[in-house]
Amino acid sequence: MMMIFGKPAPLLFGQLLLGIINGSFYAMLSLGLAIIFGLLRVINFAHGALFMVGAFVTWGLFHYVGIGFWPALLIAPVIVASLGLGIERGLIRFTYKLDILYGLLLTFGLALVLEGLFTNGFGSSGVAYNAPDLLSGVVNLGFMFLPVYRGFVIFAAIVICTAVWFIIEKTRLGALLRAATENPSLVQAFGVNVPRLIALTFAGGVGLAGLAGVLAAPLYSVNPNMGSALIDTVFAVVVIGGMGSIGGAILTGFGLGIIQGFTEVFYPPASSVVVFAVMAIVLLTRPAGLFGKAA
Amino acid sequence: MSESALPKAPPRELIWGFTGAQSVAFALMLTTLVVAPFVAYPVFLMQVMCFAIFAMGANLLMGYTGLLSLGQAAYYGMGAYVGGYAVQTLHLTPEAGIALGTLTGAAIGAVFGWLAIRRQTIYFAMITLALAQFVNFFAVQDTGFTGGENGMQNIPRGRVAGMFSLHSDLHLYVFALVVFLIAFLFVHRVVHSPFGQVVKAIRENENRAISLGYKPAQYKWIVFTIAAGLAGLAGALNALVTHIVTLTDVGNATSGIVVLMVLVGGIGTIYGPLIGAAIIIAMQYYLASFSDWVTVIQGVIFIACVLLFRRGIIGELAAKLKLAL
Repeated sequence: MMMIFGKPAPLLFGQLLLGIINGSFYAMLSLGLAIIFGLLRVINFAHGALFMVGAFVTWGLFHYVGIGFWPALLIAPVIVASLGLGIERGLIRFTYKLDILYGLLLTFGLALVLEGLFTNGFGSSGVAYNAPDLLSGVVNLGFMFLPVYRGFVIFAAIVICTAVWFIIEKTRLGALLRAATENPSLVQAFGVNVPRLIALTFAGGVGLAGLAGVLAAPLYSVNPNMGSALIDTVFAVVVIGGMGSIGGAILTGFGLGIIQGFTEVFYPPASSVVVFAVMAIVLLTRPAGLFGKAA
Repeated sequence: MSESALPKAPPRELIWGFTGAQSVAFALMLTTLVVAPFVAYPVFLMQVMCFAIFAMGANLLMGYTGLLSLGQAAYYGMGAYVGGYAVQTLHLTPEAGIALGTLTGAAIGAVFGWLAIRRQTIYFAMITLALAQFVNFFAVQDTGFTGGENGMQNIPRGRVAGMFSLHSDLHLYVFALVVFLIAFLFVHRVVHSPFGQVVKAIRENENRAISLGYKPAQYKWIVFTIAAGLAGLAGALNALVTHIVTLTDVGNATSGIVVLMVLVGGIGTIYGPLIGAAIIIAMQYYLASFSDWVTVIQGVIFIACVLLFRRGIIGELAAKLKLAL
């Protein structure tokens, strides 16, 4: 058997793969958080809960309506985004004039409501969702076996992250968004409907969480706590990367997933806390985060 | 948090920073707490006092310093584990147990706080949440000390100074009441001390405080450590009251609940944490049969507090009566 750093190669690659997959979700979720924070100045604590809703909608579409994975990839994010639109218009917009922490507290409460409702509806053990036939099975890469669906998740995450980066950095819509982040009243003065832009941004960021939820449905058990289990790590990723740049959020997300994967190989007990250890080190050396501007 | 319920001109102080109205409120609170165990279930009341101590600490951070911590359960839970361990395994007296619990909370708080105060507002909140995960994972994995999933069970209440047994609920109630009053007067003193004034000044305008020669980081660090110490005290006391420590005590839900208590009772008020603790604990006791709906109700209360009454119950009352409570 091939050995790398004194560890069997298949183990190393297997954990690396898991790390990249976790990193994909960190990247997609922290991306949504960063976009929402940029414009709304609200840390969306309900982000994990909405990720969970995305997974449940995917399951529900199949279970109740018979709609499969591929259409769900489009429908579920739209449903979650509409929910987000309602949340922004109905609740969050009333916190913009208040201390920044009230938005956080509001979304914190919202997360409790969503998780409580889904626990009541479906129990805490959750439901199972199978990957589509096209993506089931395993391919032999020569050095390791890759489950097709996992490969697909990584591919999809990279496409999604690149697309979002492109929209924000290279299109007119993205330019408006960045301008509104810098100076909302000036952009409003130029005739842009900023409240509508804010609402759509929240819907977009939340839709991204919903999309990540669809991708997660066949991978993890679909359960009410799947979001809160992930979100603490995502917050650490956000602190490490800093909220400054979209690219930073993506790189940090993938990078930390990989670090976590390697820790699992060399010292398994530390794998669940390594992200938080990295966060502590970054805070000591670069308080604003790796890619962030001083807050 | 900038919304303060305090009136503009500070009322005249009588003694120890107590104004006339506060003395009346204190007398009311004391009477209620003395009479209460004869009408209500003492264990319920003791849990209210434990969480009130916990919430008073969180309120020092949230209300008076403007720092929202979402990881307070780490200090509360570790205080509970160490307090329980001291009494159960080391056979120490209950007062030594809660003293060790307090020190544990304060020590962890000193380390975590030192890291967390490097960032502000929401970053601070996220960092406290993430750091609490360290403690959480430790509690889940270390089965030798914390008991992992099983937690600590059958923690004895012991004898104060090795003599007075706390076995009966009423005896323990007296002990808990004394501990609560000490913590209450301590917090009251901190808030109304020159130190407390500087802390509030930092909350209102940090740059101004810096220009006056104060070092905000030091003040924030001390408040954070005090809050964590109070959390540890509350946890250790609760371990004596309930005989158990579980993973729930170090969990994120507990961190959320204490923030909710402060919010419901009134951010930046002296009596708010006690009222908030009473309401939320009562809810958990009387709505226990609805199990998962409790989470939903708590979430709805969170949202309602943020959107409708940000001052909380005591804050609204104080504003109506134009008093500082």
